[in-house]
Amino acid sequence: MSDPILGVKNLSVYYGESQAVKHVNLGFKDKSVTAVIGPSGCGKSTLLRALNRMNDFIPNVRIEGEVKYRNQNIYGKSMDPAEVRRRIGMVFQKPNPFPKTIYKNIIWGPKINGYKFDPDELVEKSLKGAALWKEVKDRLHDSALALSGGQQQRLCIARAIAMSPEVILMDEPCSALDPKSTLSIEELIGEMRKNYCIVIVTHNMQQAGRVSDDTAFFYNGDLIEFGATKKIFTNPDNSQTEDYITGRFG
Amino acid sequence: MSPHRRRMNKAFKWCCRITTYGAIGVLALLLFHIAYEGMSWISWDFITNFPSRKAEKAGIYTALVGSVYVMVITTLFVVPFGIGTAIYLEEYASQKSLFIRFVKLNIANLAGMPSIIYGLLGLTLFVRIMGLDRSILAGSLTLGLLVLPVIIIASQEAIRAVPQMVREAGFAMGARRYQVVIWQVLPAAIPGIMTGIILAISRAVGETAPLIVIGALSYVAFLPEDMFDMFTVLPVQIYNWAGRPQPEFHSLAAAGIIVLLAFLFTLNSIAVLIREKFQRYKL
Amino acid sequence: MTPLSKALDQGFKYLLLALVLITLIVTVSVIVLLTKESSGFFSQVPLGEFLFGKEWTPLLEPKSFGVLPLVNGTFMIVFGAIGMALPAGLFVATYLNEYATDRTRSYIKPALEVLAGIPTVVYGFFALTFVTPILKTMFPEIQIFNAASGAIVVAIMVLPMIASLVDDGFRSVPRALREGAYGLGANSVEVITQVVIPAAGTRITAAVVLAISRAIGETMAVTLAAGATPKITANPLESIQTMTAYIVQVTSGDVQAGGIEYQTVYVVGALLFVITFMMNVIGNIVLSKPVMEAR
Repeated sequence: MSDPILGVKNLSVYYGESQAVKHVNLGFKDKSVTAVIGPSGCGKSTLLRALNRMNDFIPNVRIEGEVKYRNQNIYGKSMDPAEVRRRIGMVFQKPNPFPKTIYKNIIWGPKINGYKFDPDELVEKSLKGAALWKEVKDRLHDSALALSGGQQQRLCIARAIAMSPEVILMDEPCSALDPKSTLSIEELIGEMRKNYCIVIVTHNMQQAGRVSDDTAFFYNGDLIEFGATKKIFTNPDNSQTEDYITGRFG
Repeated sequence: MSPHRRRMNKAFKWCCRITTYGAIGVLALLLFHIAYEGMSWISWDFITNFPSRKAEKAGIYTALVGSVYVMVITTLFVVPFGIGTAIYLEEYASQKSLFIRFVKLNIANLAGMPSIIYGLLGLTLFVRIMGLDRSILAGSLTLGLLVLPVIIIASQEAIRAVPQMVREAGFAMGARRYQVVIWQVLPAAIPGIMTGIILAISRAVGETAPLIVIGALSYVAFLPEDMFDMFTVLPVQIYNWAGRPQPEFHSLAAAGIIVLLAFLFTLNSIAVLIREKFQRYKL
Repeated sequence: MTPLSKALDQGFKYLLLALVLITLIVTVSVIVLLTKESSGFFSQVPLGEFLFGKEWTPLLEPKSFGVLPLVNGTFMIVFGAIGMALPAGLFVATYLNEYATDRTRSYIKPALEVLAGIPTVVYGFFALTFVTPILKTMFPEIQIFNAASGAIVVAIMVLPMIASLVDDGFRSVPRALREGAYGLGANSVEVITQVVIPAAGTRITAAVVLAISRAIGETMAVTLAAGATPKITANPLESIQTMTAYIVQVTSGDVQAGGIEYQTVYVVGALLFVITFMMNVIGNIVLSKPVMEAR
């Protein structure tokens, strides 16, 4: 067990007047998967978007508290949000490849950020990292939009990997996919655990149980319980967690 | 339902239907009238002849060339400004800012400002103060200002139609806003922007009043050699012919209108083609 | 690398902001030049004489600078055109909204766009060579140049604009409101006249205001069809002159720059600008507000 690479300290997020995340303290460990679960509207996606400053693009959002990445507050004055997002990648709910070729999807990020790299090598490495190489190696220059939903989502993961981040945030990455594609993404997450700190938001508890090492349960913007996934799912401390896990609400 | 109410309802429905088809009938009538008046004057000579005081020898060549010149130069001027402004308003500006709301209202007002006032602006600013004289450049700049608000509004709509997730994908990779705009948003918005530009430019091609005001001559017996030369354009030539009392000049005007409408129709077909071609790339 | 891209982003932003300012500069330039040239005019002609004088003969001796004849001409066109185009626009919008199938709609909308896209000089030609001769068969005393013919073609020109703005207004009326009225046993004419039109009222007002502004600024059709005789009259069969037509008449002739004749062009332009500017501001502010919160 290592120290958290990414942590939040007394974090609150407001949309205008309403508070979506309430004074949350939480740490995410390197090379492990943390699942964030809870009923819809509980603030889990808002929390996730606060971790790499994607909330900056939503009008009227206000943040209080700290998000510490390698002991630096990413909301600090001297912090460059673009730099933060380079280190902390993100995969979205709906697959959103750029309407370009598969190849260009991978190299766009490293290119605009001025990384020095061998493009062919990077494309192969990233696609392999996302378990997509075998399926697309013969059509790297085809449009990414021609791929199936599951493939598109893995391409988005490959695209995030290409930036060599340390943390990858996933916002319900399987909610728009069929069961078979979901399975492939879950297997991929299992593989990626070796190299990355992964934070995955999901409304699917079975998925949280299958892929994660730790689980955080949110309700109404509050962090209700946080601990090893096994414990949360078998013997939670909090009765609300138990009610949610056993399907009594949510 | 009482018979009276039912009759009222039926009569109303017919009123609506007749008016609508009546409007389309008027369009057909207008096109037919012009074809009837001018078709027999359309010939290769008409298109390639210089204007003449004699109706049977007159052609529309200089006006056609003038229109093409003005169209190209106007487009070159106005497109970067129009798209740039739209990008700022949609991507950079704070939507709550009072200044931005003022700017947007101003743009909407400019879009509704009478074209003849743009003519007065062009006459004073370009022809006299800047000393461009009655040149193609002065005319193009004037028309450029006239269609600028139209292009801005169309580009804004096209940019707004790009799904937010395209931007988010870019930002999540550490891209700056300008990188997201140039490499992701604009390519996705280009078909919509191009359609808007072509429609705006067709409006410029059909404009008459501002060019008369700045003094686009209707009798130009030579082709312009550069953008500082005098010129005339199709609508001004048509106006000139239509304003003469002799019926043969009215036929010439109708023939000129056929050329102008064909020109506009070509432009609009290109816009439709672009829209169709790029539709399938939509996310 | 990072500071460079950050600087580029800032640079890009300010470059674009500079472009935005051009639109403001255009408005300011128009106001400045119209004010400047008009002030020269008003140093020689009192404002009252200009606004309320009933004779407009700036190019003939004895010169007279009362703008009312031009205003009269403009508003004859406007009232005539809007009087025809507003009811027609309401009917067309209603047809598109309530009766037309999606298929019919997909033919009619582009046809109306074509109607809106036809250059105004073409409408002028149509008025002169088609509408006027037809009117002459009905009213033999009609003059070759007359207000009626101009008003008719301006009505055709603004019809698509009114129909499309009213159509948008109708569409913004919540479905539930309509269904509520239908549920009470109302038929379509009652729903439209008593529910939809009142609910879309502000939008319709905005449409009318913007259409009036457009008709006031319309130039070529009235220059060609309505004549060059500034006079105060209510007879649409006579030749008149609008403000816009006057500007065309003077600028297409060879009046020397600098003289008072020349300044009249700017004064008339300023009046035109003030009227249309106010109407556009009102119309656009109304349009920028949502009609109803719920959809």
